[in-house]
Amino acid sequence: MIAPSAVRIAEVGKSFGAVKALGRVDLDIPQGELFGCIGADGAGKTTLFRIICTLLLPDRGRAEVLGFDSVSDFREIRRRLGYMPGRFSLYQDLSVEENLRFFAAVFGTTVGENYDLIKDIYTQLEPFRERRAGKLSGGMKQKLALCCALVHRPELLVLDEPTTGVDAVSRREFWQMLKRLKAEGITILVSTPYMDEAVLCDRIAFLQKGSVLGVDTPCGITGLFTRPLYAVRARQKYRLITALRRYPHAASAYAFGGSVHYSDKRPAADLRDLLAWLDASGLEDAGITQIEPGIEDAFMALMELQGETGTEGADG
Amino acid sequence: MKSFRGFVLKEFLHIFRDRRTAAILFGMPMLQLLLFGYAIRNEISEVKLGICDLSHDQATRAITSKLLSSGTFSAKRNLRSPEEIGPAFASGEMNEAVVFEPGFAARLQRDGFCDLQVITDGSDPNVSRIITGYTASVIQDYLGEQYAPFSAPGVVPVPVMLFNPALRSVYLFVPGLMALILMLVSALMTSISITREKEIGTMEVLLVSSLRPTEIILGKVAPYMLLAFINVLTVLALAFMVFGVPCRGSLPLLILESLLFILTALSLGIFISTITASQQAAMMISLGGLLLPTILLSGFIFPVASMPLPLQVFSNIIPAKWYLIIVRAIMLKGADFSYLWQETLVLVLMTVLLMAASIRKFSERLQ
Repeated sequence: MIAPSAVRIAEVGKSFGAVKALGRVDLDIPQGELFGCIGADGAGKTTLFRIICTLLLPDRGRAEVLGFDSVSDFREIRRRLGYMPGRFSLYQDLSVEENLRFFAAVFGTTVGENYDLIKDIYTQLEPFRERRAGKLSGGMKQKLALCCALVHRPELLVLDEPTTGVDAVSRREFWQMLKRLKAEGITILVSTPYMDEAVLCDRIAFLQKGSVLGVDTPCGITGLFTRPLYAVRARQKYRLITALRRYPHAASAYAFGGSVHYSDKRPAADLRDLLAWLDASGLEDAGITQIEPGIEDAFMALMELQGETGTEGADG
Repeated sequence: MKSFRGFVLKEFLHIFRDRRTAAILFGMPMLQLLLFGYAIRNEISEVKLGICDLSHDQATRAITSKLLSSGTFSAKRNLRSPEEIGPAFASGEMNEAVVFEPGFAARLQRDGFCDLQVITDGSDPNVSRIITGYTASVIQDYLGEQYAPFSAPGVVPVPVMLFNPALRSVYLFVPGLMALILMLVSALMTSISITREKEIGTMEVLLVSSLRPTEIILGKVAPYMLLAFINVLTVLALAFMVFGVPCRGSLPLLILESLLFILTALSLGIFISTITASQQAAMMISLGGLLLPTILLSGFIFPVASMPLPLQVFSNIIPAKWYLIIVRAIMLKGADFSYLWQETLVLVLMTVLLMAASIRKFSERLQ
């Protein structure tokens, strides 16, 4: 059974003057999905979200949101949409309650009407009802912002980097809330720079220089990484990376935390040969273990692939 | 409608939440009026006068005592020779010196005229001009008393200053100040409050809400309109009660014209906010692009007629210029609408143009 699409984007492109923000994007997000967008700053995530939110007109292509055309039926979409922009920071000088009431009012509803939807989140904010939004902690601010985006019970929730600059505990709580909202049947489109959050989505799209590199489930994305992957450790990390990149059979070598993730061009790497190469490069303490590729490795591999095929694109 | 009410309510919360801003918005007009009324005035109350009498006769003594008894002049000291004048001016000890030539009365009797030199400090041209005028009128007075019956036929100008016979500068400042305050409150505050929504990202949310662009604009305008209106009433009341500035014309007309000017300033503020993205840019444009011309080129302080031609032409696009003409005419000259419809029309046109341009630029989407 295939759920009807919440968002369907076909060949959408957008440029700002000479800067191409989106090349040619196709996306299909079924209803009820928790869909993630990852990509570096300037990859085009915000532009894509703004087109979906009917705030920007695409130069070409077509975006259909909740069954409505994003250009001609934008009012219908706006009525059913909850949107949290990237820089969204509420009204700092208004209290928690005033902020929430205001957003309820401008979306033509009241806090009471949809209280059951935000109850879980709002009860955590309740003790600070009278406090000004500017005096809340980063995590609390995000929760309030989420409440404000949800107060009119949207069918589609679009969150542009909602957890950027929020501490790890609050981030985890925030994602638990998203899971609960998904259970309520709300389609959620979220962008994040954090790979550990991307794994929590049903499906993810990788954006790079205005193009979608791939769309898949977190498992599927990791599955794109077919070569064996190794974690190489040595005390002199910088030297290790340069040595690995100089190695004739190297496909990629990137620093990941304490080790360097290395993949080999050959179907099976000759580890003894590699160790000898490292030894000759003055890295006698090098150790190699084979590992399962993670989502970040897949992302790196996809970016690499993109670089090789030389698809056009620009920062935006 | 419910969303619009919620929006206006929020704007009021913003204004009153920050006590300091609220205090500035309501206190500033009063403070400015008192400052302009008391501290900054063109009347000269005390001229420090030095007398260099090289004649010492009954005519020079009579003129000297007449000068000193007028109340405006206070004798600093008697100078023995004209050489002492320079250093006395340099030290700031005096700002006017009168030199009587030797044999003053005798020459006046014999030739029918004689020389009296008035020396003033030209580094302050306004003061110099005024005190020279005072001195000349005192001497004219003296001559009139002494010789009028015998003097040759001549023409004596009798000046009458209409509308402000005492030439009180507060009459001049009140209308200008009203223009300045309304510009500041309306244009500056609205442009800042709209660009702030852009900066903190709430504008995007407001756009996707059920508010229409016109509702957003009106919601921003309404609170500041009320605020500016309260300021007009405060300034008018204070000007009347403290400085006795009358409103000779129709008060309702004055208030209506003020409301029109507030609208012009508000639409200017909205227009500024549609072409800028940050509060800082909006503030710079409002202060540099609106306040300075309002003070300098509107005729508030410097008469438009004495400006070079390009500036005179430029002054026409400054709303405050037209408002000033209107306010001065109503308050001081008691003019009615039939004399002011052209100026009013200019303001109406400006407002309509700016509003139309803002609504066009303020689209339902982001640029």
